[in-house]
Amino acid sequence: MTQAQEQIKEQIRETPPATIDLRHEFADLGIGDVLDQLDSELIGLKPVKTRIREIASLLLVERIRQKMALATTFPTLHMSFTGNPGTGKTTVALRMAGILHKLGFVRRGHVISVTRDDLVGQYIGHTAPKTKEILKKAMGGVLFIDEAYYLYRPENERDYGQEAIEILLQVMEQQREDLVVILAGYGDRMEKFFQSNPGFRSRIAHHIDFPDYSDAELLWIAELMLQQQNYRFSPEAREAFTRYIGIRKAQPLFSNARSIRNALDRIRLRQANRIVAKLDRTLTADDVMSIEAGDVLASRVFTKGGGGTGEGR
Amino acid sequence: MRVTQGCFSFLPDLTDEQIAAQVQYCLDKGWAVNIEFTDDPHPRNTYWDMWGLPMFDLRDAAGIMKELADCRRVYGDRYIRISGFDSSHGWESVRLSFIVNRPREEPGFRLDRQEAAGRNLHYSTHAYAAGRPEGERYSDH
Repeated sequence: MTQAQEQIKEQIRETPPATIDLRHEFADLGIGDVLDQLDSELIGLKPVKTRIREIASLLLVERIRQKMALATTFPTLHMSFTGNPGTGKTTVALRMAGILHKLGFVRRGHVISVTRDDLVGQYIGHTAPKTKEILKKAMGGVLFIDEAYYLYRPENERDYGQEAIEILLQVMEQQREDLVVILAGYGDRMEKFFQSNPGFRSRIAHHIDFPDYSDAELLWIAELMLQQQNYRFSPEAREAFTRYIGIRKAQPLFSNARSIRNALDRIRLRQANRIVAKLDRTLTADDVMSIEAGDVLASRVFTKGGGGTGEGR
Repeated sequence: MRVTQGCFSFLPDLTDEQIAAQVQYCLDKGWAVNIEFTDDPHPRNTYWDMWGLPMFDLRDAAGIMKELADCRRVYGDRYIRISGFDSSHGWESVRLSFIVNRPREEPGFRLDRQEAAGRNLHYSTHAYAAGRPEGERYSDH
């Protein structure tokens, strides 16, 4: 038991306070910092931020209730993240552990990221120990199951995935205060997964849907990514990239931020190629940092046509 | 006779909360925590049976406490100990070991004296419990 908790218990034993200064409590927990950090580092994702705000508020209220000697129960925090590719499910899940740790919902704040292979065994009797070992490792932190729908394979009735699911459900129910399970996957397949495992749906309190990013948000993300790598767009390049986003979005297999990241990687290649093409000159830091319109416009996306189906027009 | 082996054995038995705190200490040090059990209380019996596999890469004591609860359910009438194994170079050995479960009644030890050549005496300790077959030594208490 931490000292802070000890003190709280002491206070309860004396007399529960009749009034509590909310602002003081808020500042005490550092919730403000966590939320500000989230706002500044993650772009868009309104529903996600709203939900985290709600969870943070719940913690605050629970703490106050505890001080007032009212009954408190540990909230269910298991979550399911659904959304299209590249909408930030994995990024948020990894960050969620840190947030929950800061808010005091998980004790250690580490993330164990697993997929089907880590949970489901190869032969009879292999699955249970494997799943249990992963669960033990995740205790005190967050267990992140990426592409969770692969756990359940309806086409094979001898599949061991069901066994892993049953063990997971049991622990999710009985040891709620020891670990938080986050499932992630593409929307439609997760829907099917929940339909065939209704127990899962009901044990997960937070179903969060990640929306697609708007054009402006994608540009913002691109600039943030470049900034982190010490690059920047020239004004013309930014204009070109805005057009790039518009065209790329309409093409098939667009996966939001992931497509942007890949595009930026290719742009960096072209920029490097452009710089190396002229060897007889001296370079400044500015030269190697700035991305020109030509680097963007050389993309195949532009030559394939001005949007729509990706066929030439 | 209360068997005293390993750490904390002269203290009253640890509560689960205290055990969890010790386990967390081991984990924070990066040691692998194991659960072992036996019904042979002889002090030189170093080969205890292992409950499950050694638990590497854990961060929180909750997982081990769960295993301990499972082990107690099956072998609650025997000695159970928790050990912390330090795999770092130069140590590579058990750093901490303490008993977390003991039979309700511990009959203790008999001292045998064997007269040898000259006026020499050879001593041996014999656990009363060990007179019965393995697995039945503490079961009817």
